[in-house]
Amino acid sequence: MTAKASQWQRLQRDGLPVLVMLVAALLLWYAGAVWLNAAGAIERVLPTDVPWTWQQLLAATMDMQRPVLPTPHQVGLDFWSSLVDWPLDSPRNLLFHVAVTAESTLWGFVMGTLLGLLLAVLIVHSRTLDRALLPWIVASQTVPVLAIAPIVLVILGSLGFAGVAPKAVIAMYLCFFPVTVAMVQGLRSPQRIETEMMHTYAANWWQALWLLRLPASLPFLFPALRVGIAAGLVGAMVAELPTGAVAGLGARLLTGSYYGNTVQIWSALVMSALLGLALTTAVAGIERLVLRRRGQP
Amino acid sequence: MNHPEDSPIISRLNPPAGGRLAVEIRQTSVVYQTADSPVHALENIDLNIHEGEFVSLIGPSGCGKTTLVRVIADLEQISAGLVLVNGVSPHEARLARAYGYVFQSPALFPWRTVLANVTLPLQIQGRTKADAKAIALEHLERVGLVGFDGKYPWQLSGGMQQRVSIARALSFEPRILMMDEPFGALDEITRDRLNEQLQQLWQRERRTVVFVTHSIAEAVYLSTKIVVMSPRPGRIVKVIESPLPDDRHLAMRDTSTFIQVAHEVREALADGHHD
Repeated sequence: MTAKASQWQRLQRDGLPVLVMLVAALLLWYAGAVWLNAAGAIERVLPTDVPWTWQQLLAATMDMQRPVLPTPHQVGLDFWSSLVDWPLDSPRNLLFHVAVTAESTLWGFVMGTLLGLLLAVLIVHSRTLDRALLPWIVASQTVPVLAIAPIVLVILGSLGFAGVAPKAVIAMYLCFFPVTVAMVQGLRSPQRIETEMMHTYAANWWQALWLLRLPASLPFLFPALRVGIAAGLVGAMVAELPTGAVAGLGARLLTGSYYGNTVQIWSALVMSALLGLALTTAVAGIERLVLRRRGQP
Repeated sequence: MNHPEDSPIISRLNPPAGGRLAVEIRQTSVVYQTADSPVHALENIDLNIHEGEFVSLIGPSGCGKTTLVRVIADLEQISAGLVLVNGVSPHEARLARAYGYVFQSPALFPWRTVLANVTLPLQIQGRTKADAKAIALEHLERVGLVGFDGKYPWQLSGGMQQRVSIARALSFEPRILMMDEPFGALDEITRDRLNEQLQQLWQRERRTVVFVTHSIAEAVYLSTKIVVMSPRPGRIVKVIESPLPDDRHLAMRDTSTFIQVAHEVREALADGHHD
């Protein structure tokens, strides 16, 4: 009973602010939709010969074919219908696109994490590599990914890589950076006394890395992975834009904007936000599992 | 009596019970180059530590006692002189796992259980998991921590943590144990108890112990030999062979012999300051 009560209290405490924010956001959204769509509605939907009431205007702005800003319920309906009205292998089903984008995101995430780890180990291992690599790594992130993406696609395409690989590479390009930066800090986090202790045990470099530096860096790694997977999702979607890809959330955004189908753009956006949320939640779940296994308070 | 002025030949001719030299230090200096002037952390140190001795290095801060033990442990490089540990250089001795080192703080890995912390050196030496576990459990028992093997370091008190770190240092049975103010951060009651346990441990196993402290009572209670040091430059002022019997208990601190040795140490410390 008490557990249930406290759970209810917690729901009230944690849930209420979220609910208030959600309602506020929806109200603002509707207000924005009315404001932005009014001109189009007057021009195209409402009768020109007879006078119309403001109720008619309000209804018209919320139910346009190609609104400037679709209303939440329009987006919701489109979103829902894409999920239930079409089979999973149809390009009209958003989950089909989610699968395509998630695949390149996850490949890019795995590759980016490995690359980030490798770079961090190299940087921590040698001062020369630290000086040689770090400027390039930082510079790589100042180049807009939108500019890099077509280049990567062309080069990889000429080498015979198509489909997932180029998209995964671009996702990796955004993923590795937070992992590198966090891991350099994490691998350097052991105190002098701890490294000296390993020294007195005559531990070799690998042992010091595996038994001290890597475990000590885990609390640094996971926040970077959460950032990294979200960045990887952006990379994967951006990579879908210049390829004229027919599948993926990025492609869905692109076709939506080709045809001025704003509702489709918005439901793809909502879906990509949900995918990003799901991916970071999954990483956070793994983090909790790992850190609990280490018995940390 | 084993004064620093003793020549190596004489001390070799008259080895105290225990025999072989565990640590031999000849005319050793450590100089740090700083921006303005070189700092003489240690100057012309001569010291013999025989196997089975419990040697305390005592002195005010800056006297080089920690530097000296770090030199023996190959954590610090000497500028001049000769240091031999078990007849070889500190570097070779370290690679041969000749010593265990207990730091000022326990330095336990928070992600490892107590047991896994103690097995760490064994794991590095490539012992099998089952072997390492059996050895570690035995060493935890020796420091009085039966039943704590599954706990994490943060679940233990400071004194218990330091006992885990002693078990870890001893897990691979090094012949020499070096301790750098291991109980400095603990309260006096815990410290007394740990001193008693350490003394009993030494009596049972007769390992060579090099112990850094700034507590006179601790040094006199534990040591068979007390090395009094003084700062600027770091040097040895006096080496006192303890007349106390090996079998000791805390109540001994009220005996006249104990008080006399403590007095002698205090005098030597004062002398070092007046030079």
